Amino acid sequence: MILKELSDAIGISGDEGAVRAVVLDAVRPHVDDVRVDTMGNVLAFKRGTGRRSTSRGNRLRVMLAAHMDEIGLMVVGYDNDGFLKVRAVGGIDPRLLPGTLFLVGPERVPGVIGLKPVHLLDDGEDEKVLQIEDLVVDIGTKSKDEAKNLAPLGACVAFATQFRRVGPTTVSGKAFDDRAGCAALVELLRGERFHFDMHAAFTVQEEVGLRGAEVAAYAIEPDCAFALEGTVADDVPKEKDVSPTTQLGKGPAITVMDHSVISDRRLLRLLTSTAEELSIPYQFKQPGVGGTDAGAIHRSRAGVPSVTVAVPCRYIHSPVALLSLNDFDNTVRLMRESLSRITRRTLKVSE
Amino acid sequence: MRELIRKLTETYGPSGAEEQIRDIIRAEVEPLADELRVDPLGSLVAHKQGDGKRVMLAAHMDEIGVMVTYVDEKGFARFTNVGGVRTLSCVGGRVAFADGTLGVINVEQKRDNADKVPQMSQLYIDVGATSRADCPVQVGDTAVFVRPFAAQGKRLIAKAMDDRIGCAILIETLRRLKRTPYDAYFVFTVQEEVGLRGARTSAYGIDPDMAIAVDITATGDTPESMHMAVEMGKGPAIKVQDRGMIAHVEVRELLTRRAKEAKIPYQLEVLELGSTDAAAMQLVRAGVPAGCISIPCRHFHSPSEMVDEGDVENCVRLLLEVLQKA
Repeated sequence: MILKELSDAIGISGDEGAVRAVVLDAVRPHVDDVRVDTMGNVLAFKRGTGRRSTSRGNRLRVMLAAHMDEIGLMVVGYDNDGFLKVRAVGGIDPRLLPGTLFLVGPERVPGVIGLKPVHLLDDGEDEKVLQIEDLVVDIGTKSKDEAKNLAPLGACVAFATQFRRVGPTTVSGKAFDDRAGCAALVELLRGERFHFDMHAAFTVQEEVGLRGAEVAAYAIEPDCAFALEGTVADDVPKEKDVSPTTQLGKGPAITVMDHSVISDRRLLRLLTSTAEELSIPYQFKQPGVGGTDAGAIHRSRAGVPSVTVAVPCRYIHSPVALLSLNDFDNTVRLMRESLSRITRRTLKVSE
Repeated sequence: MRELIRKLTETYGPSGAEEQIRDIIRAEVEPLADELRVDPLGSLVAHKQGDGKRVMLAAHMDEIGVMVTYVDEKGFARFTNVGGVRTLSCVGGRVAFADGTLGVINVEQKRDNADKVPQMSQLYIDVGATSRADCPVQVGDTAVFVRPFAAQGKRLIAKAMDDRIGCAILIETLRRLKRTPYDAYFVFTVQEEVGLRGARTSAYGIDPDMAIAVDITATGDTPESMHMAVEMGKGPAIKVQDRGMIAHVEVRELLTRRAKEAKIPYQLEVLELGSTDAAAMQLVRAGVPAGCISIPCRHFHSPSEMVDEGDVENCVRLLLEVLQKA
């Protein structure tokens, strides 16, 4: 299962090599061309079946993007007893880190972030807000030199979580943001050709500022773009009747607006009308939350109509997230069916 | 111009949903431009052909608004801001959705910190529904403030004066423009309020030699206002700098020179908060000399933004001076 392979691979922003290797192996047999650009994005091309050019213009260029990188930590120093000092790469809540197993550096050295046992707590100590500066990674070394050897400065520290099934249709694993999107994009590349030219971008450094997508979009110069994501589902018990952001099992989550982009209304219509025609479940993600590669892509060159479609995931940006395989399958299906309906007319401006 | 300003300010057009306002502007500029197009993100480009250097004038057609984030079981809508909406301006206000559906905004009565300025998450829109099923709006729908245009003496008051007043100025300038030595692009941009997005991509497409934004700016002439040496009614403000840009010195000097030559009153502007489309245009491709002319506007980003008609007229005159001389 490609989602398992991708989820288990380690690829903190800026160090996506292991994920890239999985992606390259998975897509190579199904595309006409694949290359790795200067920043490390995987750019795969699958030619369309439509005529190269007609009186109405050249064959459409559609970009599909999913980011390979995941959040994690980076080694920034040592103390004299061989503990690693770390800082966050991407958005991390330090409260989620203690009690977690990590893999450090290219050698995947195991390590743990721990806290003082409950026996030793002073009054009120458990109410203190944790900062990342308060935490160290223990890799079992006893001196600074020993630690430096095993975990050089700048080494990435990744969650060690393994993918597994949880219940009949749910799976758990790390980095579903955005390996879920990567897996969906691999599935789309494995399928039949579309009539347009498909430009798939597996991007780097999304979690630190949509950086890979920016250069990928510049190189591809698409007519429109879709970002595929694993997004926040907050459908857990709440006191008030407020938004769950997205819900597991309710189908792909379509972004109308987030911090980075306002989705193109023509592409929104394409997605919702396709879903309704085929009775594919879908939901709108709570507007105003998060940001995706679409934020960088839509601002590229003279502008690119863009939209984001995501698999809802509970507990993202943590050591372990949950997603519904039904949502994953419906995301792939909604994308495939919507893409097969896309034409120049879709992007026409109504007058 | 008043009727034009009324029409433009009363039209619906939040960031990302500019179709209605674009249609209104398109109808105005269609007879005046040599060529019209809508670019990939939706900005409207009216081209006045000439042999000289390419000049891009930009006014944004989007306005701030609110977007529904959730409809609860009782049919009340929670919302988030589209652009810089202040919660203080929302409570008790009315908003209208694209299809005309009206909503009233209020704040939770039992909220925490009731003595503080409310958080947006404590506000809700009431469209008069009693359940989720009979609520006519859904997640992702966008609404704008409702407030009729009004004139009181020389003062014009409306919602969305930011930046429909700039759009009106561009339209009027295009209407009065006889000849220009420039190849001029009048661009009505999208999504300025959410991050100068439309101007950036439009400028890339046009690749101008010089760019000028026309937008509103804050004033320092209201009770206990932040310090700012711009006053309503003292003429259009020629931007020196704001938080997003330092105006290109030659563009700034061109604007002030033309104002002086034609004896048009003007003021210089240093804005400590915010920015305009000029900031985005300036950084496109290899860089574009960019400046900005601002209309001093009291109560900006509220449903009742106030400008002076004389400032507006003088801005049109200044733009004509700039565009008609080589």
